[in-house]
Amino acid sequence: MKATAKNIMVGVLALQGDFERHLSQLERLNISSVEIRRADRLKDIDGLIIPGGESTTMSNLIDRFEMRETLVDFCASMPVWGTCAGMIMLAREVDHNMVRPLNAIDLSVKRNGYGRQVYSFFTEVTAQLNGNAASLKASFIRAPMVSRVGPGVAVLAAYKDSPVLLSSRNCLVSSFHTELDDDLALTRFFVDKFVSKA
Amino acid sequence: MNFEDKEYKIRVGLAEMLKGGVIMDVTSVEQARIAEQSGAVAVMALERVPSDIRADGGVARMADPDIIEGIKKAVSIPVMAKCRIGHFAEAEVLQALEVDFIDESEVLTPADNKYHVDKWKFKVPFVCGCRNLGEALRRISEGAAMIRTKGEAGTGDVSEAVRHLREISSAMKQLTTMSDEELNGIAKELSAPLTVVKMVAKLGKLPVPNFAAGGVATPADAALVMKLGAESVFVGSGIFKSANPEKTGRAIVTAVTQYQDPKVVAECSRGLGEAMKGISAASISEDDLLQVR
Repeated sequence: MKATAKNIMVGVLALQGDFERHLSQLERLNISSVEIRRADRLKDIDGLIIPGGESTTMSNLIDRFEMRETLVDFCASMPVWGTCAGMIMLAREVDHNMVRPLNAIDLSVKRNGYGRQVYSFFTEVTAQLNGNAASLKASFIRAPMVSRVGPGVAVLAAYKDSPVLLSSRNCLVSSFHTELDDDLALTRFFVDKFVSKA
Repeated sequence: MNFEDKEYKIRVGLAEMLKGGVIMDVTSVEQARIAEQSGAVAVMALERVPSDIRADGGVARMADPDIIEGIKKAVSIPVMAKCRIGHFAEAEVLQALEVDFIDESEVLTPADNKYHVDKWKFKVPFVCGCRNLGEALRRISEGAAMIRTKGEAGTGDVSEAVRHLREISSAMKQLTTMSDEELNGIAKELSAPLTVVKMVAKLGKLPVPNFAAGGVATPADAALVMKLGAESVFVGSGIFKSANPEKTGRAIVTAVTQYQDPKVVAECSRGLGEAMKGISAASISEDDLLQVR
């Protein structure tokens, strides 16, 4: 795979969750990165990662710190990748009234669709990245399940017939984590195919 | 003891997701809802908060399953519960109830004065308290997926949590400068397995998330422990023993997220009313300290 592009800056939403894992993956790929805790920093970045964590907390803090309007605008056109809680935040519809998603990708999502922590699991998922099949190390942790896929959304990977990695023009979402393992493939894919191209 | 085990990594994974957040002690469905609405990343389902356990005396045990079930139904965030130190049967009950995290806690009366629960045998992740690096590493070698300071629970006095955070970080710093011979020696001193000692020497930090607990009562307390290296904060009596739990809970969440910005911490500290009254940890006799358990 080609070396990832220079002179780009990727932000990681750092209100809560495993944002440090994403930052360290970006660092390993020599991509400049920054923690985003305030709306005014969004203008400095070329792409945004919304990490795993608790979506009720994230949704609450986005409103509390008056980031919603700027984030919705950003996610409507700029490259964004959401993992787990990040996927919930980027969806159009969520099955819980305490989460107000950012409506960046036409999906409906069921929170904790794979069950509580005792049902969390690790598996390998085969994904279509750049037209090639790639095996990803996938940790599903109280993971969300996709319940509806809208038009214009591509399914890049499925697990037991359920889509788990999807994309639209500017948006990548995964219900699982690859950043917990030494697996840089999705981060590289997001930077190459979404951020560098934008 | 296999730190590469996939199931172990999934357990540590949930701890990673709770970083940068506040875990609140709750004793009822109503409190659990307030906690979730104020932005908690998880709740700890209890029968009594630590300050009441301290005041009431007697034997403190795992909560009634009805309380835990009720709270699980009421909120969508992870639900934790405490078992007594070494009480693996209580831990098995909590796992059967499908709680998301078990706190093997010194706040409850210990069931075993010699051994802790063998946490490798469980699917549910465990968090354990510690005062120093030796305790932390022994708990990690027993399979704990998260470490927290013990502090002195139920006091509203943050000084012991501060002491424990500082102890752990300075001891870790020392490990990073040591030779293999010295690491062999220190492993014996810490009564911890050499493999775990070497892991910390290499990483410069614990291999699992390191949270603060025990005596956090105000937004500034929360900012203090975050600045000292805690990755999240447990708040026990500090919220529901304050004059205005909803506002205090919200403010502590804000302070943990924005701990680097004193202006935001100042703003959220305004008008909270009286914090929990508390008791100075230094005034408690050695026999009544929870942290020595």
